[in-house]
Amino acid sequence: MNIVVCISQTPDTATKIVVGADGKAIDPKGVKFVLNPYDEFAVEEGLRQKQAAGGTVTLLCVGGEGAKESVRLGLAMGADKAILIKDEVRGDSYTVAANLAEAIKSIGADLVLCGRQSVDYDSAQIGPMLAELLDMPLVSFVTKLDVTGASIRAERDIEGGKEVVESTLPCVITAQKGLNEPRYPKLPDIMKAKSKPIEERAPIAAEPRTETVEMRKPEQKGTGKIFDFSPENVKELVRLLHEEAKVI
Amino acid sequence: MKILAYIEQRNGELKKNAYETVTAARALAAGSGGTFAALLVGDNVAGLAEKLAPYGAGDVIVVSDARLAQYASGAVASAIAQVTRAENFDTVLISSTQHGKDIAPRVAVKLGAGFVPDIVELDGEGVAVRPVYAGKARVAVKITTPVKVYSLRPNVFTASTVDGVSAATRTVSVEFTEKDFAAKVVETKVNTGKRDVAEADIIVSGGRGLKGPENFNLVEDLAEVLGGAVGASRAVVDAGWRPHGEQVGQTGKTVSPSLYIATAVSGAVQHLAGMSSSKFIVAINKDKDAPIFSVADYGIVGDAFEVMPLLTKEIKTLLGK
Repeated sequence: MNIVVCISQTPDTATKIVVGADGKAIDPKGVKFVLNPYDEFAVEEGLRQKQAAGGTVTLLCVGGEGAKESVRLGLAMGADKAILIKDEVRGDSYTVAANLAEAIKSIGADLVLCGRQSVDYDSAQIGPMLAELLDMPLVSFVTKLDVTGASIRAERDIEGGKEVVESTLPCVITAQKGLNEPRYPKLPDIMKAKSKPIEERAPIAAEPRTETVEMRKPEQKGTGKIFDFSPENVKELVRLLHEEAKVI
Repeated sequence: MKILAYIEQRNGELKKNAYETVTAARALAAGSGGTFAALLVGDNVAGLAEKLAPYGAGDVIVVSDARLAQYASGAVASAIAQVTRAENFDTVLISSTQHGKDIAPRVAVKLGAGFVPDIVELDGEGVAVRPVYAGKARVAVKITTPVKVYSLRPNVFTASTVDGVSAATRTVSVEFTEKDFAAKVVETKVNTGKRDVAEADIIVSGGRGLKGPENFNLVEDLAEVLGGAVGASRAVVDAGWRPHGEQVGQTGKTVSPSLYIATAVSGAVQHLAGMSSSKFIVAINKDKDAPIFSVADYGIVGDAFEVMPLLTKEIKTLLGK
């Protein structure tokens, strides 16, 4: 099975965010970047499906030179090879999806895996957009995946439950937490990954369809009304929720 | 603007997000001097139109097909795109639920349209605002294509009714291909008897400070009295105390209830990412320096084991329960 896993590099969630000088994006200086956490589930699933059905796992990433660190991590987890589409200029989700789709068309895929979203912009668009651009079926937010021959049965998260979805291959899957437990690469795997190939490609010309007008820090809430514990203060809290906030 | 409000239904039932989407479309139409229509897609769903009328939907378009009795991502996306094109809508609104997230990006690609997901504000010029970087920043985004698609974060665009609108439905036909149904739902597993955090108007969540799964009754009791849902922090889900479906935060669900009560939750940035757009936040924590207090509107510095039984009792008294 020809498995392609789309990955991205994102700032570590705990990292401090500073809006850059242009007021439209973050200042990357001093920001710690990591492999997008949801993509770890996608890579892991790719490896497990390869183990079951044979084939290859190819990582696909749109990003700058710095993204190689995350690509190497995916290779250390066990992916066979990687393609980095070298795009230092961030377009929008559409341009990323268009570049990924172009590369997938050139190498072919039976199964395309993505994280459900990247934790920078939390857009959750790449997987569904890829399905359209590649004319493949889609199952998003997947927590369980069984592949049998050329068909799959998957469970996806919905509000208040799960949907069981059947589809044919090739298809696009986006990985939700719960799908698996991603492995930590051991030192020999990390060493081995250094000799695995990362093919660099130039991006295709794709026009962004959105434009950031402004990025700003959210307004800080005024200081909340915080009380020390006492039975009277619990009463006061209930009164405030009822009379001031009017939420109970 | 000529706006199409896609109305999500599941098994012939509407949820709050449906009314929010109609209300948002109505407000946007009024603000831009435009018009809007609502779209229902499913099997035998025209009857739902009358439920939309009180929120201002006078023009309700219906796409009906027996194969849509079960959700099929490709077919729903195709139906929305075809209706948009056939009637020259320039703006499409979809709720950013698990179904909305599944279809909205596909609709945008089908229409060659720009898309802004999970927005919390939208002005009459079409500029949308959304939180990014775990809520640590916000971006204002505009779409540069003639047709524009937005998905609305649930529980943010408050639903409101208007008088004197009656719904006129019209059924339109669209063409489906076999491929539109290549991935389809064959079964839905519902968590019985539980309110989902993603849909709840009040959430009481618990964190590691509760010391063990057996103490979640403190959280459950208050949630029960308030008619709310139980939420959980990542730490307690990872520890196996609570199911993943209850997890609020970055690797869980993003919620915006009217009232969010965080009990013994320290408020790691991953947790704040999932709940900081709640309308009112109450923090209960014995550590006065816990980050959760920085987003709280109200709070009590104290031991949850002391605070919660008392709080539950006082609220019971207030509500006459």
